[in-house]
Amino acid sequence: MILKIKHFVTFITIVLLSSCSNSNKKLSEIKGTQLRVDTTIIANTVIENFISPYKNRVNEVLDSTLTYAPKVISKTDGPYNTSAGNLMADIVFSESNPIFEARTGNSIDFVLLNHGGIRSIISKGNVSARNAYEVMPFENTIVIVKLSGSSVLEMIDYLIQSKRAHPVSGIQIVLNKENELQSLNIQGKPFVESKNYYVATSNYLVTGGDNMGFFRNVLEQTDTGYLIRNAMIDYFKKVDTLHTNVDDRFYKLN
Amino acid sequence: MKRRSFIKKTAATSSIIGLSGLPLSSCSSETSKHITILHTNDVHSHIDSFPKDHSSFANLGGLARRASLVEAVRKENVNTLLLDAGDIFQGTPYFNFYGGELEFKLMSMLKYDAATLGNHDFDNGVDGLFAQLPHAKFDLVTANYDFTNTVLDGHTSPYKLYNLDGLKVGVYGIGIELEGLVTKALYKETVFLDPYEMMLETERTLKQVEKCDLIICLSHLGYSYKLQDKKPDDLTLASKSEFTDLIIGGHTHTFLEKPTIVKNKKERNILVNQVGCFGINVGRVDFYFDKDRNSTVDGISITV
Repeated sequence: MILKIKHFVTFITIVLLSSCSNSNKKLSEIKGTQLRVDTTIIANTVIENFISPYKNRVNEVLDSTLTYAPKVISKTDGPYNTSAGNLMADIVFSESNPIFEARTGNSIDFVLLNHGGIRSIISKGNVSARNAYEVMPFENTIVIVKLSGSSVLEMIDYLIQSKRAHPVSGIQIVLNKENELQSLNIQGKPFVESKNYYVATSNYLVTGGDNMGFFRNVLEQTDTGYLIRNAMIDYFKKVDTLHTNVDDRFYKLN
Repeated sequence: MKRRSFIKKTAATSSIIGLSGLPLSSCSSETSKHITILHTNDVHSHIDSFPKDHSSFANLGGLARRASLVEAVRKENVNTLLLDAGDIFQGTPYFNFYGGELEFKLMSMLKYDAATLGNHDFDNGVDGLFAQLPHAKFDLVTANYDFTNTVLDGHTSPYKLYNLDGLKVGVYGIGIELEGLVTKALYKETVFLDPYEMMLETERTLKQVEKCDLIICLSHLGYSYKLQDKKPDDLTLASKSEFTDLIIGGHTHTFLEKPTIVKNKKERNILVNQVGCFGINVGRVDFYFDKDRNSTVDGISITV
């Protein structure tokens, strides 16, 4: 019986719809508006309550203190190297080198990141994982590439031309008054053009980000799958204070 | 799903009333039909509203408020579709922590009907997106990503059809070229097909085969690019289209003061809209259908 009623209703619906198929179908008027999601709208409590356990968990993890910054760590406190850039590059070196060594038997020679990839300062005071998310919101992984000596020289050229304090670690670049390369040391030893070097960087830069053309001629590549942000968080957990300064890893002679 | 069956039930009930009360008179009814489209784009995991000290969006946005807004509009017009034009993922730690689970669950709770994919929806790869699909109780439409050789094969469709008040609404999706925006290791064997060609093919199918009364495109191409960039955009997409009535865009985070009216290939005025980003705004477009197609002039009145 129920089935029959259902059939009847379906039949009637089809009849009515088909009999009306020539009417009510011509688009005649369109109105477009925009609704602002502001404080005049009362939040739906069911949705709010659904979000809250997720929110609490995120806040708990992000806001627990991991380490301490004795001063502001910024990417604008030096012309060729900065406290934030040095911290980032040193962290990438120290946290990913053991992984790279274990996986390949080789060691990282130096690190190059991009100045634009540092998205925030770290304020003086307690440092939490939230700071790592602010500094590095992107899901970029640490990639180690093998570069020829000539590609490294191209990289130096890029750094000189760009006039930005791209973060480096494990390398010392000294420029003369004319903005030319005065000396270049890698792992404390003079650069040798016939040698190949292992460079740790971000997958973003290797895949064309910031137009770092020297990454076009990569000889070998190892993606650690290790997020730069996670390397930062792991490092924050290990140290009680963040010591970082502008130093002499990249500078110009007066 | 529940809402769909509700609509079906209402349609059945009204036909019974029509039968018992005024048989066949429903055809000459004076009421015109009305469909409301609500839309978002580039929400980027912005689940909470912005804090009151935020420099650009103080006290704006938030999923719980959006839920109330959508509910109110649906109360006003049951024939409402809720759509999103992509980049649902990436932008707050919610995504880093839960990989898009919360975004999809909440969109399902708000009863989104369909969404297309933005480039950031691939930020955890096709595998990361696939892992979250069980949480998405809405349709994913894309006509120009060929997922045949990926895990997403069979989980998206070029278009979906929605029956509202006896009208057939077709919603299709157009995505942006992933190369250069997303690492190949993430999008894997996804094949990008020409957006203009796939738009033409899909809208023709929706009009001529599916006989849709209203055709909506969810695009993540971006609103407009300089000619010399030669990148496909929504304004060009609109000008090349024949049957599409509304293009809901994303990607460029464009805050339009009002929807843009564009002349399509047949010199017909259609709308291109985009509502910025981060859930600050919800777009609303109302479509009214005349009671008799023979008695009206061809012009469509557009108010924006």
